[in-house]
Amino acid sequence: MIISVRDLVVGFGDKIVMKGLDLDIYRGEILGFVGPSGQGKSVLTRTILGLVPKRSGTIEVFGENVDGLSIAQRRRIEQRWGVLFQQGALFSALTVKQNIQMPMREHLNLSERLLDEFARLKIEMVGLKPDAADKLPSELSGGMIKRAALARSLALDPEVLFLDEPTSGLDPIGAGEFDELVATLKQTLGLTVFMVTHDLDSLYTACDRIAALGDGQIIAQGPIEAMLASDHPWLRSYFHGKRARNIVTDKVGVHA
Amino acid sequence: MRTADAVQERDRAGATLLEGGTVALSGRWTADEAPAVEAAAARITQDARAQPVRIDLSGVMRLDTLGAWVLERTRGEVEAAGGTFVYAGASPEHRILLREARILSPVPVPPARRGRVYSFLEAFGVRVVGGKTDLVTGLAFLGEVVLACLRVASRPSTFRGTALVNQIQQVAFNGVPIIVLISFLVGGIVAQQGIFQLQRFGAQSFVVNLIGLLILRELGVLLTSIMVAGRSGSAFTAEIGSMRMREEVDALRVMGLDPIEILIVPRILALVIGLPILAFLASLAALAGGGLVATLYGGMTIEAFLSRLQAAVSMHHVAVGLIKAPFMALIIGIIATIEGFAVEGSAESLGRHVTASVVKSIFMVIVLDGLFAVFFAAIDF
Repeated sequence: MIISVRDLVVGFGDKIVMKGLDLDIYRGEILGFVGPSGQGKSVLTRTILGLVPKRSGTIEVFGENVDGLSIAQRRRIEQRWGVLFQQGALFSALTVKQNIQMPMREHLNLSERLLDEFARLKIEMVGLKPDAADKLPSELSGGMIKRAALARSLALDPEVLFLDEPTSGLDPIGAGEFDELVATLKQTLGLTVFMVTHDLDSLYTACDRIAALGDGQIIAQGPIEAMLASDHPWLRSYFHGKRARNIVTDKVGVHA
Repeated sequence: MRTADAVQERDRAGATLLEGGTVALSGRWTADEAPAVEAAAARITQDARAQPVRIDLSGVMRLDTLGAWVLERTRGEVEAAGGTFVYAGASPEHRILLREARILSPVPVPPARRGRVYSFLEAFGVRVVGGKTDLVTGLAFLGEVVLACLRVASRPSTFRGTALVNQIQQVAFNGVPIIVLISFLVGGIVAQQGIFQLQRFGAQSFVVNLIGLLILRELGVLLTSIMVAGRSGSAFTAEIGSMRMREEVDALRVMGLDPIEILIVPRILALVIGLPILAFLASLAALAGGGLVATLYGGMTIEAFLSRLQAAVSMHHVAVGLIKAPFMALIIGIIATIEGFAVEGSAESLGRHVTASVVKSIFMVIVLDGLFAVFFAAIDF
């Protein structure tokens, strides 16, 4: 188990967003995280990452409770995860290459030559053209920003990758390539992936397990078959709604 | 990580040449071991010069993209030099990783670097042309704002009263405390210096003429303009700039709304209305500060101060100061909005343009003040 969340309560003012949520992420899996908009999928991600304070509950990352960590221990954990933010969160004043090199420069002891080559390798791995390296984020299209941000989140070869809606804003072919890329990386690097997504294709093709958030708790988790079999009203309309039907019959018609 | 040095020593990436050209890799071929990985790879390149090498990966504790890349790079170098380089004992994961760690596309050629003299001349030329362009865009923008004002005047129903009042509150009302405080202090300081110098001639009561004329004609409006440029000009640039970054300005435009009418006209009008009021208040505060120092430090009675002040200044000194205020407001507003519209995507660009906005407005305010001084002197006002 690489991340374990127990009895998590998160709130803003009077509003309680997470009401005693439990969630486990296992080593080497791709966990898809779904839920209605505005239910706090991103909030959960940000709470695990330590960007949003929690009211109570425990979060364990790599087997360590994040509450009791010293600053140095925390930094070490932060080098072992990579995060792809929804809007990319690329540093707007740096080029794509500099963005990718930023964590490497700060945390690793690489020669200038290796820094250059390694950044180019990451750029290539996420399917960007080499001439994107010297562009500023404001000169990139939405899909390119996603890829560049993924390249940056992969810069330190993390063990866990947090992806917040990675395929939103990509065309279907690009999204498919993105899913394949994540699957390949998982296979080669032994990556564990936590993916917040609305993309049914990603859920079917890339994810090993799916957890659904509703009303501040996990309402269901398990492989896609379990999701399809669930009779929770939101899950039914999500996986059996109009948009889902084509994919269900195309891809896992046997299970449906 | 430093505490684990002893463990790391054993894990350090290594390459050992065995009999028959087999190179046994050991340790962690990962990014945090980068110097050791590169050193080991250099050794492999050397070994490969003498004989064909077989790289045995079975002893590798962990391989990541960096390790794989360095191996692949070494393979490329060895093969380019006519050597042989094959893998052995690679697990399926290693093989996938090695396949992924290949840069397929050709290296883009960097543009040729030019000489130092050339780039200096180029930068200088860009500056000169940029100065001219600044002037032209400034004038063009002024024209656009005037046109927008006329459009609004011809259809008074489109006038955004609420926005104007809101901006006046931001620019003038909220700015009163700090501007009044600073003017009060500056008035006091000028009076103190004046008294100190004039004492030597026994003419210290003339300090009232000094501060009266100086403050009403120049200092009040100049101080206020500089502070407004720093306070409100920078805010305008930042607001409009971040709206540009988030495509909000484009959103207005495609809705058939004119960003100049909606964003600029209320702001500039608010400045034009607010700055004279602020300048007037600032002058009063500075006179009060001067009066306080004159009575406490200069030993003058309040009655004497006031009657001298009445004799020294007249309404036209007040007018000289206040006439300048709307022009200062206009130039601050125009520069701030031009810089705001010039912001491009990045946070750095926003910062640069906010700085430029404040620096250019303060410079232009002082230039304008100088021109006014010449003008008023010429017409003997």
